[in-house]
Amino acid sequence: MNVRLYLWQRATAALMVPLVLVHIAVIFYATRNGMTAADILSRTHGSIMWASYYGLFVAAASIHASIGVRNVLAEWSPLTDRRAGMLAVALGLLLAALGARAVFAVVLS
Amino acid sequence: MIARGAMHRGSALWIAALVHRLSGLALAIFLPLHFLALGLAIDGEAKLERFLRWTDQPLVKFAEGGLVFLLTVHLLGGLRVLVIENFDWRDGQKQLATIAAAISAIIAFIFLAQVF
Repeated sequence: MNVRLYLWQRATAALMVPLVLVHIAVIFYATRNGMTAADILSRTHGSIMWASYYGLFVAAASIHASIGVRNVLAEWSPLTDRRAGMLAVALGLLLAALGARAVFAVVLS
Repeated sequence: MIARGAMHRGSALWIAALVHRLSGLALAIFLPLHFLALGLAIDGEAKLERFLRWTDQPLVKFAEGGLVFLLTVHLLGGLRVLVIENFDWRDGQKQLATIAAAISAIIAFIFLAQVF
């Protein structure tokens, strides 16, 4: 892992510490009496706060996960660094696209 | 004779690093499915609701408990790495790694107790 990727990996990790803590709290809150679509969507629909929170979370998780998977592929698979990097970029783009779609689905649709 | 590279395997901190890596990998595999599930709301509340009722199955709830464990253990393992890299070295890293695993297990257990 080069320095640039290392810094992105650690910066997104630090950024996600409070985001994950809030997410865990939300998981417990949302499942306290059984989880329904109506409950979830009533909280998130039209909320700029949740759109910003989950938008930032998706961006950070996409970058963090793709760099992590790149490291695993480079160290544990026979793939070359270049191939591992290409697969990691593809994963990052997939996560960002599906994540943005999910945020749109629960906040704006 | 044990190969030099294998001597550290089985130590608490080597296991902590392995758990951190495997939990991250598992979360990266889970994330696209999580996003696809939430994306069901694009087609309306009813479709998301149908999926959520499917997740009421005990086996799915156990899997969700596993995911809560993975998320928490990855968070705490990552915090330990950030603290080691950015602050003065502190003794007791093995104990901290063990406590992180224990806290993660407790949180996952509380989650399971709540959803069952």
